[in-house]
Amino acid sequence: MKTMLQRNIRDRIMESLLVLSTIIVLLPLVIIIAHVIIHGIGAISWDFFTQELGSPSRAMQGRPTGLIHTILGTLVVDSVALIIAIPIGLGAGIMLSEYPDHKLNPLLRIMNDTLNGMPAILKGLLAFVLIVKPMGTFSGLAGGVALSFVMLPIVARTTESALMSIPWSIREAGLAIGLPRWRVVLSAVMPAAKFGLVTGILIAFARAAGEAAPLLFTSFGNNYLPNHWLGMLLGPTDTLPQRLYSLAISPYTHWHDMGWAAAIVLLVFVILCFATARFLTRQKF
Amino acid sequence: MIQMLNRVSRFFNPLQSTTGAGQADIPQAFMHPGYSENMHAASGQKSPVSSREQSLTSSSQKTRVTSSEQSPDSSGGKSADPSAGKKSRMETRDLTVTYGTTIGVKEVSIPIYDKEVLALIGPSGCGKTTYLRALNRMHDLTRIAKVTGQVLLDGKDIYHKDVNPVNIRRRIGMVFQKPTPFPTMSIYDNVIAGLKLVGIRKKSLLDEVCERALTQAALFDEVKDRLKQPGSELSGGQQQRLSIARALAVDPEVLLMDEPTSSLDPQSTNRIEELIHTLKDHVTIVIVTHNMQQAARISDRTAFFYVGNLIEVGATNDLFTKPKQNQTEAYISGRFG
Repeated sequence: MKTMLQRNIRDRIMESLLVLSTIIVLLPLVIIIAHVIIHGIGAISWDFFTQELGSPSRAMQGRPTGLIHTILGTLVVDSVALIIAIPIGLGAGIMLSEYPDHKLNPLLRIMNDTLNGMPAILKGLLAFVLIVKPMGTFSGLAGGVALSFVMLPIVARTTESALMSIPWSIREAGLAIGLPRWRVVLSAVMPAAKFGLVTGILIAFARAAGEAAPLLFTSFGNNYLPNHWLGMLLGPTDTLPQRLYSLAISPYTHWHDMGWAAAIVLLVFVILCFATARFLTRQKF
Repeated sequence: MIQMLNRVSRFFNPLQSTTGAGQADIPQAFMHPGYSENMHAASGQKSPVSSREQSLTSSSQKTRVTSSEQSPDSSGGKSADPSAGKKSRMETRDLTVTYGTTIGVKEVSIPIYDKEVLALIGPSGCGKTTYLRALNRMHDLTRIAKVTGQVLLDGKDIYHKDVNPVNIRRRIGMVFQKPTPFPTMSIYDNVIAGLKLVGIRKKSLLDEVCERALTQAALFDEVKDRLKQPGSELSGGQQQRLSIARALAVDPEVLLMDEPTSSLDPQSTNRIEELIHTLKDHVTIVIVTHNMQQAARISDRTAFFYVGNLIEVGATNDLFTKPKQNQTEAYISGRFG
């Protein structure tokens, strides 16, 4: 009887530990969301979405300031990252999943995992050397390239697992009717895996969209809205995570509040991506 | 005795009566006259075929013969190779497939005659599927699989370094154990995938091929009003016939079938067997089956594999009634396997 009681107690303890760890996992998320919204909601206004930031004195003089240039800059830089990362990442993922017999495959797998684990700031450094130095200026393009280095390994791995989930028999069926291998992948395997592929890209995108480190010395930041969107691509450009950092370390209280508001925008942006990804994966046929 | 056989046959194949009319349509050329005769004769004698098998095979053959009103040939009781005189379409010479250190099949040499049905039988893991997959270079996908020896198609080695496996697979189609419709494609797109995806865009031609292939696969009437619906919504048997239609759409010269009926119910199995009988008119068929009754029903010649070796190959009739090798006899009489 005693052992029975002991067992019951032990079961209870284990269960409570599991519940406790669940709470600890959930707590930071809840705190972050609550804290950010409480502090930032006051700074969100019409001006916030329509005006550029300008110099610190602009806010102090009470003139309208906002982060429109940051939001647009984020879109430009992230688009560049997507345009680079989607085709190359998909290609690498296809290589990993569909050509397991290729001699470059093991090398690609190791390199991809290493790149995934590499600190993001080093990817920024690489983009600095590759793009910023030759161009002679910080640019949205360099920022996009840096972010694409963040996305690439994630897209490759998620693509691989999405394609692997499609039965091998589909490929053999395609080959058996005389289709070349690449055609089978493009027309039979990838359409079947499309939800997994889109989800992977969105997850990689949400991850990259939140990165500040690779952008610090690539897109650099800019307080003003350029006259043309090409100015964002070819010149210093503001992005949400990096602006959030800049505002937070600034000595102006008004800017601190704007920083919280920027955090809200970034949070909504990233959560929307994850939510879309989750929604798409549920649409299984 | 005959009555009992009929009852047994109805018990195992209740569709016999309903499909009898369909079978009457099968041209005489597709029946193996001597074959049923021999089976009947065997029922009275000592025979390696177990009695249950015998009743199954002989009764199904019997239905065919009765429906064709006992063709004069059937009295001849000929048991010679039905492919005698036919030219060899494919041939394997000392074909060996190894997976690393494991031997899949070892030095198999079989001629495959034009427009015949060759059945590959044997216990699980005996190499029949391995052999079949070597015939259209499906092993190319598996890095550890190594193929040596020759596979000749019209006298040319398909493993020659100048040969593109894609071209080989256009001529030698394959149907797999499980139905494999492309999941995101409609019935129509599934059938014409082999043409459309290599750039043939002419709609009238594609429509024509689609109808022809579906008709050949005995599926057209069932799906003609819903060609745009997903192929994955069909029943298992229909999906398998869809897979066959897709294989036929590219007009292959040889069709390899890897246990095409193993996941199907008796009705669908029956339809696919009838289909094989009709297809033989213009395609050479190599079929793997673990069902000996099926091999007996549909094939002209049978090859028996055991642990990677070809034990015996010959006219189906001979192999089942008077096997030359003891192992063959032991297997078909159910002593192992």
